Amino acid sequence: MADIAIRDALRQALEEEMNRDERVFIMGEEVGEYNGAYKVTRGLLDTFGPGRVLDTPIAELGFTGLGVGAAIAGLRPVVEWMTFNFALLALDQVINNAAKMRHMSGGQLSCPIVCRGPNGPAEYLSSQHSQALQSLLVHVPGLKVVAPATPYDAKGLLKSAIRDDNPVVMLESEMAYAWTGDVPEEEYLVPIGKADVKREGKDVTLIVHSKPLRLALEAAEQLAAMDVDAEVVDLRSLRPLDEETIYRSVRKTNRAVVIDEAWPMASVGSHVAWLISHNCFDELDAQVELVCSEDVPMPYNHTLELAVQPSVEKIVRAVRKVCYIT
Amino acid sequence: MAGTKAKQYNKKFLLDLLTEMLKIRRFEEKAAQMYGLKKIGGFCHLYNGQEAVAVGSVAAVDLKRDHILTSYRDHGHALAVGMDPNVVMAELFGKLTGCSRGKGGSMHLFDVERNFLGGNGIVGAQIPIATGVAFASKYRGTGGVALCFFGDGAIHQGAFHESLNLAAVWGLPVIYLVENNHFGMGTAVKRVSSVEDFSVKAAGYDIPGRAVNGMDVLSVYEELSEAVEQARTDSRPCLLDVKTYRYKGHSMSDPAKYRTKQELEKYKEQDPILLLKARMLEDGHLTEQEFKQLDNEMKHVAQAAVEFAEQSAEPPLESIYEDVYT
Repeated sequence: MADIAIRDALRQALEEEMNRDERVFIMGEEVGEYNGAYKVTRGLLDTFGPGRVLDTPIAELGFTGLGVGAAIAGLRPVVEWMTFNFALLALDQVINNAAKMRHMSGGQLSCPIVCRGPNGPAEYLSSQHSQALQSLLVHVPGLKVVAPATPYDAKGLLKSAIRDDNPVVMLESEMAYAWTGDVPEEEYLVPIGKADVKREGKDVTLIVHSKPLRLALEAAEQLAAMDVDAEVVDLRSLRPLDEETIYRSVRKTNRAVVIDEAWPMASVGSHVAWLISHNCFDELDAQVELVCSEDVPMPYNHTLELAVQPSVEKIVRAVRKVCYIT
Repeated sequence: MAGTKAKQYNKKFLLDLLTEMLKIRRFEEKAAQMYGLKKIGGFCHLYNGQEAVAVGSVAAVDLKRDHILTSYRDHGHALAVGMDPNVVMAELFGKLTGCSRGKGGSMHLFDVERNFLGGNGIVGAQIPIATGVAFASKYRGTGGVALCFFGDGAIHQGAFHESLNLAAVWGLPVIYLVENNHFGMGTAVKRVSSVEDFSVKAAGYDIPGRAVNGMDVLSVYEELSEAVEQARTDSRPCLLDVKTYRYKGHSMSDPAKYRTKQELEKYKEQDPILLLKARMLEDGHLTEQEFKQLDNEMKHVAQAAVEFAEQSAEPPLESIYEDVYT
């Protein structure tokens, strides 16, 4: 085991897959000579050369669409979006094309493209640069969407995403690139569509994905001091969603708090909360709680931006509510 | 000039071009009739008048290694690459025997075996995708060229400009072919475009640009042969502004009141089928009797396609879950 940062785990995944399969190439803004805006692609240009590590102009729609074309023609592009905020310009190619190629060709084509980059709130960036946009992508059949929050999951999921024959969108987090954790020396994959129980418990289930995983784990520690034993389910994959792992946990704890740093309407969090309410109705001892971002654009001011997002305190408060602790 | 050019070609070659154009014309007339009978629904964009563009271009490429992508006005290209008219008509009818198993319809015809990669319903979306297909050909060293058709309406999309820049910077073998029928839906080019000769836009990307007479199938063939050869040899993109005219409205629901009958009649005087027919008659490659016979054969082909589509099975309801993921 090696203790490495998420950005290095991602780079290892890219390097290993590029060594394994020469159809894999990476393109995006600043991925080559600059070594990546967040240094995920550091050193890859030197290793693989400009034919496989391509710096693009600032043209998200164009180069994402180019990736879609390369994918249907048999390559395995990894498109780095500098942020998901910029990726909004590329959504036509993701939603209307990558996700639909197989369908509109009646199964003749597959589109094995990976689009990845940082998503979710960061710090001091105001509303255009600090937002969680997964709801837009998770909504779309034909796409797979993964959202790792540890180096182990980041590496294993990126390798699986590159090998997948479907378009996969991978949500990373600017604030989490430096987070460290154990990654095995030997090769491994994390399957797409499998949630992971990051902490076992019996009193309440916290369901989370992406960067708020750390908040959930810290909340679980605080709750332990209050004699509440929380289980933390990390979804890891948002589409397909591992409903079984969610239900298994909730049927054990009879209580659920869903955490999502996106806005509440039509979100992963609200969908998961509905699934639990619908499928675990008889096993629930309390209403399902949702801890999400406030329904407002992100302010620049630090105190205000923290107040907008989920926090340990908000999670603990929600758990107390479902456990009827006054 | 056109007459002297025709003499360079043998009878079979010219007869093949004539046959393909007649096949498309009669197919489209039948499609319009079936639309009127509500056998075909939704959007249906006919190709009448533009036949020389698809037929002349396809004759200039090598479909073993070259690829073709186009917009939603795709029936002509599908037939020109050699797709079975039965399978195309069945797709328009939404039947299981259609090329996309009834999932795509008129706008999404695909034939991967013939390197025909669709049929795209978003104006200009196929332009970056075709650029990516050309990227893949270069990456793998196949010597293949991507031929990308789009209408004059697409030329103001960002996707067009982003793609030309990328293809120029990366030296990609892609031919951007504007089927300039002078109207983006109901809006005349001159009302929405800073220039009417689109070939000048090539200069902004330092690539070759030329205007082509799209009513003359041999002009199209010759210009395309040259462009394909150059793209293949130099691995560079080019832009061709192919002037053509559509006889019908934008789609079946468009009565085309934005243009005069005189304008339409003027173009019909240079009808691509009649033009080639006249040339072949003059050169002794064809008799009126042979033409009539050929025309009748193509009417039978269209009629047989309708019968095939009529008799084909509806897709089963369970198939809605198929062709979404691999």
